Formats: sequence, C-alpha cells, structure tokens
Amino acid sequence: MCGIIGVIDKQRELMDGSAIRDALSIMDERGSGEGAGYAAYGVYPDYADLYAIHVFYNNLVEPKAQVEDLLETWGMIEYDEEIPTYPENKITKIHTPWRYFFRPKTRLMQRSKTPDDEIVKHIVMEVNKSVNGALIFSSGKNIGVFKASGWPEEVADFYRVENYEGYLWLAHNRYPTNTPGWWGGAHPFNLLNWSVVHNGEITSYGTNRRYIESFGYDCTMYTDTEVVAYLMDLLVRRHGLSQELAVRALAPPFWEEIERMPEKPKNLDTALRLTYGSAMMNGPFAIAVASPDSLVGFSDRIKLRPLVIGEHDNRLFISSEEAAIRTIDSAISKIFMPKAGHPIVGRTYV
Amino acid sequence: MIIGSRPTKFQVRIDNNLCMLCGRCADNCSYGVFRVDDNIIHINSRFCVACHRCISQCPRDAITIIERPCDYRSHPVWTAQVKENIFKQAESGKILLGGMGNAAEYPILFDHLVLDACQVTNPSIDPLREPMELRTYIGKKPKQIEYRQTPEGDIDLVTELAPNLKVETPIMIGHMSYGAISLNAHISMAKAVTEIGTFIGTGEGGLHEALYPYQNNMIVQVASGRFGVDVDYLERGAAIEIKIGQGAKPGIGGHLPGEKVCADVSCTRMIPEGSDAISPAPHHDIYSIEDLKQLVMSLKEATEWKKPVFVKIAAVHNVAAIAAGIARSGADAVVVDGFRGGTGATPSVFRDHVGIPIEAAVAAVDTKLRKQGIRNEVSIIASGGIRQSADIAKTICLGADTVYIGTAALVAMGCRVCGNCYRGLCPWGIATQRQDLVARLNPDEASNNVKNLIDAWTLELAELMGAAGINSIESLRGNRDRLRGYMLDQAMMDVLDVKAIGA
Repeated sequence: MCGIIGVIDKQRELMDGSAIRDALSIMDERGSGEGAGYAAYGVYPDYADLYAIHVFYNNLVEPKAQVEDLLETWGMIEYDEEIPTYPENKITKIHTPWRYFFRPKTRLMQRSKTPDDEIVKHIVMEVNKSVNGALIFSSGKNIGVFKASGWPEEVADFYRVENYEGYLWLAHNRYPTNTPGWWGGAHPFNLLNWSVVHNGEITSYGTNRRYIESFGYDCTMYTDTEVVAYLMDLLVRRHGLSQELAVRALAPPFWEEIERMPEKPKNLDTALRLTYGSAMMNGPFAIAVASPDSLVGFSDRIKLRPLVIGEHDNRLFISSEEAAIRTIDSAISKIFMPKAGHPIVGRTYV
Repeated sequence: MIIGSRPTKFQVRIDNNLCMLCGRCADNCSYGVFRVDDNIIHINSRFCVACHRCISQCPRDAITIIERPCDYRSHPVWTAQVKENIFKQAESGKILLGGMGNAAEYPILFDHLVLDACQVTNPSIDPLREPMELRTYIGKKPKQIEYRQTPEGDIDLVTELAPNLKVETPIMIGHMSYGAISLNAHISMAKAVTEIGTFIGTGEGGLHEALYPYQNNMIVQVASGRFGVDVDYLERGAAIEIKIGQGAKPGIGGHLPGEKVCADVSCTRMIPEGSDAISPAPHHDIYSIEDLKQLVMSLKEATEWKKPVFVKIAAVHNVAAIAAGIARSGADAVVVDGFRGGTGATPSVFRDHVGIPIEAAVAAVDTKLRKQGIRNEVSIIASGGIRQSADIAKTICLGADTVYIGTAALVAMGCRVCGNCYRGLCPWGIATQRQDLVARLNPDEASNNVKNLIDAWTLELAELMGAAGINSIESLRGNRDRLRGYMLDQAMMDVLDVKAIGA
C-alpha cells in the first residue's frame, strides 16, 4: 500500500503545507498510522545558500556532540535550533528533531567536482552509519523534511507544516512492513537535493544496494527506498545524466521495445541498459522524486502500483489517487495515468 | 600376482525369461561386456562401466546392472575407493586418471541455498502474461554514459560500447574440444545454441569445417597448447577465450590421448595423426599478469577489436584477487570454473582435491570486483557443476552474469556420467572418435534434446524470477537478498554474503 502525493509550482509560487496535509490525510486508508512525512522545497529562504541538515536525536548529549563535532570539522554551523514541534496529539516524541544550517569548507574535498555536496554526503553517511542515537534525514539547501510515526494529519500537526511555505511538496503515508514505528523509516527519504517517496517494494534491492555501495553510498535505513535517492544522486549529480535519462536507466524499456526503435534511441537505450543494468529497479513501485527544479514521477515497467498525474496551470500533481489531487485543487481539469515506466516531469520555469 | 582380482564394480544380469536373444546389447557395448555365441549371451561383468547403453537398447528390459554386488569389508577410513586406488598404484606406479567432475563427497552449497518468492506485500509476476527478460550481454560495460545534447534536443551518445555477446538466455555451453568429444556431439550442441541464441565454446581443439555454419554462436579457445589456433580460427569465433585453467584440473595442462587423434582431429588441431596432444600447464608466454594483458591485447589486435576476449580460470583459493587482475588486463569476461567442472581426463587427485566450488568462487569474485569498483569491466561466467535451473538462478544471485553448462548438455544427449571419457570408447557417440560409435549420435535428434533442455531451464528461470517479482535478469544478478543459507555456518554465509533462513 502506501500513499504518495506531490505537487510542484513551476513559477515557484509558494504554497503552505495545509493543502498537502489534507490531500495526504484523505489517503489514510493507504497507511497504517505508523509513518508519514512531508518534504518541502523553498522553506528556508533566509538560509537558502546553506545546507539545512535535519537530525533526529535520541538524546541531546552524546550523539549531538558527535554530530556537531563532525559538522565543525567539515565546515561551519551558521545557525541551529530544535525544530519546533507541537506534541499535543498522539505522537510520542521519541526523538528530538534538530536543524542545522551548515556551510561546508569547500577546500576540504578537493577530489570532487561538487565538493560541497560531497562533504555533506560524507557527513550524512558517516552519521547514519556510525553515530549511535543520531540520524540525518534531510540535508539539502532550502529543503526541509518533516516526518515521524503517526497518521498523516498527526505528523502534519506535530510539525505544523502549515507554517512552512514551499513551491514543491512531496508527502507520503506509510504502511510499513520492514521497520514499523521507526521515524527514520518514514518517507520522504532525502539526500542533498533529492527527496524520494515510494509506494512499493523493490525486488531488485539486493542488486541495487550492491551496486550503489560500490560507489561509496551506505544503505543504513533498513528499507529499500533510500537506494532511489542515492541512485538519483549518482546518476544525475555524479554521472551527469538528465533526470529523464536517469529514470530511463532505472525503469528502462523492454528489449523488445528497444529493438523496434530507430537507430539513435536504440543505441542510447542499449547503452543505458548495459551500463546501468545493476541500477535498474524491479518489482512493484510508484515513485516520485523531487529536486529543487523538478518533480518526477514514474512507475515500474509493468505498472504494479498506481500513479495518477494532474495538471492545472503552473502546477503538476503526482499521486497514488485522484482524490488526493482533487483535495488540493478541486477545479483541476487534466488528470491522467501515465504509461508504465514512462517518466512524468514537472520542471520549474525559473 | 600379489593383489589378485578385485570384486567387480558392476554385475550385469540378463533375465533369460525376458531376453529374446536379439543381440542388441552385444552390438551396442563398446567395452566388450557381451558376447553372443550359440544363441547364448555370455557376460563379462568386469568390463562394465555402467554406461547403460545396453539397457537403453534392450527391447525387453531384460538387463539389470547391480553396483558392487560383492563389496569390500566396510570401513569408514579405508573405503573401497581408497583401497582400490592403492591397489592400482601399487601395480602401476602411475598417476590415477578419472573422467567427469569431482567425485568426492563434499557438501554441495547449492543445496544449502534457497530462493525467495513474493507474498502479499508485492505481487509475483506471471511470465505467461507479462514480459520476462532473460537476455543478457557479455562483455565490458562502460562505467557511466556520456552524451551530448544537440540544440534540437536530440541526444548524441558519446560513449562507445565495447563489443558484447548478446545472449538470449543466461545458459551457455562451455568448452569441450573436438577430440575430447565427437564431431556429431559438437554439431548437435552448436546447432542447439544457434537456434536458441546463446553460445558454445570450441574447446582447444580448433574448429571443424562442419561447424562453420554455427561459428557466429561459437567462442573459440586459445589454450596453452595453441592447438588449432590461427587467424582464420580467431576470426570465425563470436568471441575468443584464453584458457588458463580448468576446474577439473587446476594448475595442470590437458591431455588428449593419441587414440582419439584421428585424421579429422589431427587436421583441426594441426598436429600429427595419432599423436598425444599435450597442453602444457602454464602458457609458455604467460608467466605473470602483465603477460596475460599482452596476449589479450594481441588477440584483440589480431581481430581488429571486434570480438570480446574472455579469460577462463579454475576456481582456486585466491580466485577473487586473480579475477581482479584479469579485469584489469583488458579482458571482457572472466570465466570461473568451479572444482566440480567436468573433463574428459584428469588426474583424480586434482579432480577431487584441488580448487573450490563455484558458489563460493562467484560470490568472492563479484564482491572483490565491486569493492574495487571494476565490476563493469568484466562479465562473470560461472561454470562447474551446474545441474539444474535452480543452480543457475542461485549462481546469478551470487553475482554471475551467465553460466556455462557442460556435463548437463552431454547428459541431454544420453551421457550417463560413467566417467570413462578418456578411453575413447563412449558407446553414446559423445566422447569418442570411433566412426561407428560417433554415427550413433544423430545431430538432428541430439540437438533437439539439448535445445529442449536449455528451453526448459529457461522457462523455469522465468518462473523463478516471476515468483520473486523480477522481470529482468539484471535485477537477479548479485541479488543476494533473494537467497538464504540453509544449515550453512556463519563463516560460509559471510563469504556468500547471504542471511540464514528466517533472518
């Protein structure tokens, strides 16, 4: 099960979190009240140049000191605070969410073309692997992930997502099978600019994990979704593929289809499949991936999970259910279901 | 005669109530067990190897073969085998020879690994109704794609792909040389793989003219004896394989007895008729990894960089590091042959005691290549003891791209794994060059059997993949999450990188 909903405003007009809260909550039936989350782009305009690092702390003593040590070693914490929460509802605050606005020291990572990203990625991997009692769950610029164990409306109210304004929202309602009750297991999963929500189970996870780990990513979340964020980071940021091509590598056309193509696309798709065979994802899934300038939705190659697209003026919606889209925009006219494996991309104009 | 007669290994009996004295058993037995004289069939059980040719031809099911009717006194240490080996060597002073693969009783890791299937949380995929892709490509893959976006929005691929073999099912047939096996056996298998869209190795026996129609589906081999190798041979193959070692005899060369070198074999091997074809243990131009690289490059240069070059090694203790060296040599695939791999003739001491099983070898090689970030540099072809489709699925989960089968393809043509291939008397027409015996194998029928076997295994693989919710072989490759170890110790599971059942 699981329910997903995402919306992007291509003019970067800001939307507060109340509508997405209601849209996700209408899909309560797709979850079990054990995990929900929201990712919003454009929420920290005052710190837009800095990496917004969100951490769950089990306590504010040892793990916090360790994380801050690491951050101070690699750069500068310009500002930090506890993420405001309002635990008057049923959610038990088992972690303390904290946020840092962080500026990496570029010169410390000279071997990379994107040293700042590389430093933050390194810190995320290091903390999540080695620091007991701390989990970094959001690490992009001007991006915030807000998630916990609970029903969509409870999690939204816990963080008061209506107080945040973003031009791109991504939300997820979880029916966990792997790690119920663990806050880190709730979606969206985020790394740097990438946020991912996922409905399904990736049957190729073992293959994907072995592949991505050989490029220095560590899978630490005990769930399959995190590999999607890492794969997008590898293919787009490090290998320079466009998002469309990256999706084509992750959910490629069948050979039969490739063989019928004209020479040029045929060669391209053959090269993609040969090169990224181990990155290809199998099993049932509908996935929405957000980055600062786009929202991409795609399903597995035989569409074993629902994916509905809505378009209205400057807004593109991606959802498990039409009802969720209509909750945000009752006047929407264009709603359709994309073909299996075919990516739908909404890109900002500015 | 100090030691004297030993108990016969097999006893052949004919039920006289059933026998109609047709004499087919006598006609068919190339080992001379039966003799028809005065309407009586005389039996000499001592010659019997249990190849079952007589049983297969008897119209009345009158023949019974009993294994070890009279055995030695049982003993847990001094087994019948141990004693017989000592008898033979006490008499001959020679190295003992054996055919086929490892015959020692090691646990089979495949039988301690179980596959996964979907239930509820994800749907299994029905291969009858949904596409199921078993095609795979063997060869070097780029690490990443480079392309240019044209102003019109077109994408121009900059990356150039190295030559790859397109294999329609991850089941290929390994190298068995013409000489070790008959021309009809080769033609049968070559025809089958051509129809299916997969490949077979020539072995180091050269390429007979009769196989030219199938050359696009044949991988030519360059082994230490260089038998049959010239530029014409190299150019005919779809790929070239350098044979360094073989699972049935790691560390030693090959030996084709002169009895099997008939006129035709002498032509394809380019050696005198009747002479022993002895391949040296090492390649005399390869004394280190950098020499291997030179040979790889020479072969590529000779064939204008149009063909993938494979390197085959026996699975030995340090197989992972060796494979990593091969991956850096420019080779396009590494073939790892486990210690259960078959052969026509090998010293039994090597066959039974040297090397490691393919399961552990593939797991170690895949892990090592990934750790070094060079898994895309080479494909992994696994061989040695692949008996059924489940073994193939498990091998791929452990990290192989495809498998080579060998013995299984021979069994599909009638082979009973009697292990006497080196004697050249194979009554099935497989491991022999005696024309009357070779003629027993009809390539049209036999190729159909081989094709049926590969087709059947392919169907089973598709079903296994579908049950696991996977519709493309790439997603099975290295997917160790879909395996569990059943009664394996922790050290073994660490090597295989699999969890225990229930975990």
